[in-house]
Amino acid sequence: MHIVVCIKQVPDSAQIRVHPVTNTIMRQGVPAIVNPYDLFALEEALRLKDKFGGRVTVLCMGPPQAEEALRKCVSFGVDDAILVTDRAFAGADTLATSYALAAAIRTIEAEQAVDIVFTGKQTIDGDTAQVGPGIAKRLNAQLLTYVSSIVELDLIGRWITIERRAEGGVQVLKTRLPCLITMLENTNELRFATMPDMIRAARFGVRKWNKDDAGIEDVSRIGLKGSPTVVSKVFGPTPRAEKAELVPTERATPRDMALNLVQMLFTKHPLLEAELLEKARL
Amino acid sequence: MTEQEASKKKPAGRAGRNLELPEHLKSYKGVWVFIEHDRGAVHQISWELLGEGRKLADSLGVALSGVLLGGPNEDLDDFAAEAFRYGADSCYVMRDPILKGYRNEPFTKGLTDLVNQHQPEIVLLGATTMGRDLAGSVATTLGTGLTADCTELRIDPASRALAATRPTFGGSLLCTIMTLAYRPQMATVRPRVMPMPARNEHRSGTIIEGTLGMIEADIVTKLLDFIPDASSNKVNLAYADVIVSGGKGLKKPENFQLVWDLAQVLGAEVGATRPVVQAGWVDAERQVGQTGKTVRPKLYIAAGISGAIQHRVGMEGADCIVAINTDPNAPIFDFAHYGIVGNALQVLPALTDAFRNHFAMKRQKAA
Ligand SMILES: Cc1cc2nc3c(=O)[nH]c(=O)nc-3n(C[C@H](O)[C@H](O)[C@H](O)COP(=O)(O)OP(=O)(O)OC[C@H]3O[C@@H](n4cnc5c(N)ncnc54)[C@H](O)[C@@H]3O)c2cc1C
Repeated sequence: MHIVVCIKQVPDSAQIRVHPVTNTIMRQGVPAIVNPYDLFALEEALRLKDKFGGRVTVLCMGPPQAEEALRKCVSFGVDDAILVTDRAFAGADTLATSYALAAAIRTIEAEQAVDIVFTGKQTIDGDTAQVGPGIAKRLNAQLLTYVSSIVELDLIGRWITIERRAEGGVQVLKTRLPCLITMLENTNELRFATMPDMIRAARFGVRKWNKDDAGIEDVSRIGLKGSPTVVSKVFGPTPRAEKAELVPTERATPRDMALNLVQMLFTKHPLLEAELLEKARL
Repeated sequence: MTEQEASKKKPAGRAGRNLELPEHLKSYKGVWVFIEHDRGAVHQISWELLGEGRKLADSLGVALSGVLLGGPNEDLDDFAAEAFRYGADSCYVMRDPILKGYRNEPFTKGLTDLVNQHQPEIVLLGATTMGRDLAGSVATTLGTGLTADCTELRIDPASRALAATRPTFGGSLLCTIMTLAYRPQMATVRPRVMPMPARNEHRSGTIIEGTLGMIEADIVTKLLDFIPDASSNKVNLAYADVIVSGGKGLKKPENFQLVWDLAQVLGAEVGATRPVVQAGWVDAERQVGQTGKTVRPKLYIAAGISGAIQHRVGMEGADCIVAINTDPNAPIFDFAHYGIVGNALQVLPALTDAFRNHFAMKRQKAA
């Protein structure tokens, strides 16, 4: 069995600050991490490998420094790591990204057939959830998004049964391999890297592919050129003009404050009072 | 040649990108809304999108259409009639046993075929598990642009293109995205970001039937089962009218009970911030914000919540926001309507009592 896991290196957006004047992201000093949602996909792939044997390859498209993110994945026990990196990929939107990643996966396939491709549910910087479906369509692989568990995998019959989150419930789907799975968050718990794993990762030879190595056939479909969407404006959220009206707190007990708030709220919003009265459970 | 010189030579776009709409795509006309339904009910996001789609269609002077894919014994005609009441002029309806229950492959083919045949300029879908799955597949198949999770949709007067605004970098920034040289322009919108449109009982429209042209044997993925969420105690945060939310300011998981107590009296749903969910104090379904749910209640009470942008984008659509925070400089006070600078551990129980007594008194008076 051969699994490819696509990961992305993202800025740790919990630590991102926006420049108050220029409204640009201040990346300096912000650590880069493996997109947290991708780690659930990686863990699931490793669990399948533990159970069925075979290989796990991690694949990342990004700038040269994304090699660090791949090394992190190696420390959890993957077999191969490939960084697809080329200036020509810069500015790619999700359509162009899925084109490049699909081409790279086909190139990987030429070395060894791929049974399952995993991605995370979405990234924390883009939040689109579009790259996984894009790759699946381009590879003509069955698409399984928001997968919460792998129920059964039969490598001989070449089919898989999964559960996926849907609106208002869970769908149980059975399909044939190869397939692409986007893994839901909190579906498993990531393993710890052991000391020997970390040493192995530090020494690991991450393969670096440029656009030709990755098997890109049509350069007009990658990077900015291959991106139909155009970012026309970036701006900070508008602050609201007025601040909250505060309940007086001087020499007020919590009880006073609460009574005051209820008074204030219902004087100004009599309709809300009527509605709440209907719902209220005393 | 420097990059700057290059862009001067080619005003069409950076890196030699063509940003002009090619001649053959100029005939694409009309705004479409994919109408999502499951087990006999239309998802409310579809009506919200029709409201937004109506505005876009009107500003372009084109028709608004719904798209309905489903099984032959599903109530697609009723759903279409309802779509007309919410603003659609027509509905494209595709009925096939294969389209009973959502599966990516037949739905992607169905929607892609309809788009190629009827050539709409804008296609909108809900950013639900179904809508995102389908939108990504259809956009790739059509080789066009798709903008996820938009919070605002407008028509750019200069280009007549769709200007779609969405949060980026976890909500810290907003960006406006356009698809200039490709059609259709596609976007997804989360539930509850757009208001519900008014329903007009007397509106009607036309139904245009389409055919799928697939047989079950063509379809690789089989739907074995659908396990509905235990409907009795299902969290329905997105559509709750009143929400009491708690943040890390409540300090300990036991203290979160104070949020439940107030919610109980108000008949409200309970929400939370991400750190609270990550700490395991409440279920992930209750997270409000960028990576949680977008809510639009009439009343939102935020206790011990700082008001970080990622939380704010999920709840600022609330009609009335009340904040309780010990820090007078907490960002939440910049956008809440009413506030108490105080300790939530003391104010919450007092508030629970105050509301309970107030309602008891009102009911007594009424009786
Ligand atoms: C990619 C990304 C996505 C994110 N998505 C979300 C999301 O969807 N939803 C979300 O909520 N967050 C999200 N976050 C996290 C977000 O940035 C904030 O960290 C989070 O909202 C803060 O939660 P909090 O207000 O509960 O906690 P804190 O930031 O710890 O704030 C606690 C607040 O409580 C106040 N306080 C302390 N003690 C008391 C007391 N006794 N009484 C009253 N007030 C008190 C403090 O003054 C403070 O303002 C995301 C972050 C990232 C990077």
